Amino acid sequence: MSDTDSSQTTGQLRSESMLLNVGPSHPAMHGVIRIVTALEGEIVRSAEVEIGYLHRCFEKDVENVSWTMAFPYTDRLNYVSSMLNNVGWAMAAEKLFGVTVPERCQYVRVVVSEIARIVDHLTCIGASAMELGAMTAFLYFMKAREYLYDLIEWVSGGRIMATYIRIGGVKADLPEGFAGKAKKVLGQVREVIDEVDKLLTRNRIFFDRTKDIGVLSRERALSYGITGPLIRAVGVPYDIRRVKPYLVYDQLDFEVPVVEDGDNYARYLVRMEEMRQSISIILQALDRMPAGAVAVDPYGRELTGAQMVEEFKRARVADNVGSKARVDLTLDGTDRVTAAGVSRSTDRRMMLPPKEETYGNIEGLMGHFMLIMDYWGVRPPKGEAYHAVEGANGELGFYMVSNGEGRPWRAHCRGPCFFPMAALHEMITGGMVADIIPTFGSINMIAGELDR
Amino acid sequence: MLEPVENSTLASLTARFGAAVIESGQDKGDLVAVVTRDSLHEIVAFLRDTSELDFNMLIDLCGVDYLPRKPRFEVVYQVHSLERNERLRLKVTVPEEDCRVATLSDLYPVADWLERECWDMFGVVFEGHPNLKRLLMYDSFVGHPLRKDYPINRRQPLIGPKN
Repeated sequence: MSDTDSSQTTGQLRSESMLLNVGPSHPAMHGVIRIVTALEGEIVRSAEVEIGYLHRCFEKDVENVSWTMAFPYTDRLNYVSSMLNNVGWAMAAEKLFGVTVPERCQYVRVVVSEIARIVDHLTCIGASAMELGAMTAFLYFMKAREYLYDLIEWVSGGRIMATYIRIGGVKADLPEGFAGKAKKVLGQVREVIDEVDKLLTRNRIFFDRTKDIGVLSRERALSYGITGPLIRAVGVPYDIRRVKPYLVYDQLDFEVPVVEDGDNYARYLVRMEEMRQSISIILQALDRMPAGAVAVDPYGRELTGAQMVEEFKRARVADNVGSKARVDLTLDGTDRVTAAGVSRSTDRRMMLPPKEETYGNIEGLMGHFMLIMDYWGVRPPKGEAYHAVEGANGELGFYMVSNGEGRPWRAHCRGPCFFPMAALHEMITGGMVADIIPTFGSINMIAGELDR
Repeated sequence: MLEPVENSTLASLTARFGAAVIESGQDKGDLVAVVTRDSLHEIVAFLRDTSELDFNMLIDLCGVDYLPRKPRFEVVYQVHSLERNERLRLKVTVPEEDCRVATLSDLYPVADWLERECWDMFGVVFEGHPNLKRLLMYDSFVGHPLRKDYPINRRQPLIGPKN
């Protein structure tokens, strides 16, 4: 479609600018993104990015389900690294509750988060390389991704949609023999990364197609609120795992890779190095992981009277002989008046009972239903909290408002790829048409997270 | 309820703006300041441009609908200082009948998209915004879906039967 108004005559040649819609019906545009570009020859003179109408309705949906039922929705934010979204949601809710999970659980969360981060980077680099014609790199990385999805499946039961993390803990402990198998798999993944490193990093074509393309300066990146690999590619060592440590990241040794150039090649280098760092983090965490509980307060040694009664009802006598009870004033040794008191008591247990108990005895089944039923379950105190974790693409934050009910009053997701998408027009303006897709690929836009 | 806290940023804010800072303190470890709507732009410019504060990143912006409370809306900003590694949450309340806040898009370019999203979802008008149009919904969409009085099951199909 030509725009004749802006046609002009320069010397002998008449040049004419052309409007070109890049997407939405293009495989690289994920089906919803459209970039309206004004071209002059092959040069992009201006660009406007439209993020399209995916209508995931994440924020509206989680306002209408309980706090725990929001986990499957968070899985689908960044569907490549669903574990990271799970951890983000759980930790923001725990901040609202004022709860700290046991140490083993923190290590388990670190392990699964870093596996998800590697998966995300494998996908991004593989897909970007494929968009430049490097099909082999893509296939190699998909192979490595499958190895990691096998691990995730073993842990959570789902390959992509994990829903493994819970508010107050994780669904279940790591399976027996996990550490050994994970180390073997990570060795295989490292080999694949080294292979692709040899294929791409010093490859003349790949270098020429990514070096000095899609450049964003440090100042512009900051003013666009960009985080994650993109800001580390302009020389800013901003990584939430370091600047505001959560879980046990402050006890683990890892580097925050930084490259100065701010182009697509720099982003590639940052992501490659981050995958190696993540492997090292997982290996350290597996070695240092202590034994113990993976959820808050399932079998604490000091019990309240109510818990003591519960425990003995479940015939867990041997476990609890000798434990002390803080006795309550009521005759039956319990501080609850009605069934409704369970979720309203100061105890506020938030973890679902283990599945064996839900299916195995009536107390477990009741405990499960009490936490699941609408308007009954987990109730955080009134208030608001913002907590961010380092997602694969940057700061993944959740801002939550609770009015003391069983559903979030408001839950806002700060999706990390929203911010570089807002700056995409600056990265591609002045460049070539052929560089739009690789630059877009370097952002690693995930539509589920962008749309909310 | 905010807990009182000793903090140089909050101290300099209250020293400079006085009554325009309605409430300030700490909430679950986060710094929070509730400020008046009229002075928001000036306060954020002060936070950004004062060299010892240096809040050079706008990390997040979102709306909250507190129906039926009056004033009904709240707009929440998270600004971050990279050099000092400090985060501050600014909140302004916005009444329904006069639903507007000054834009920050001249201070942080990313506010362009964030404010468009907030306008789209809540109908909060950002005065002075260069291009205040819908971001997530299509242009002919009626209403603002994240408002509490917008039913979750209302459909506005472009093709097909309307309810």
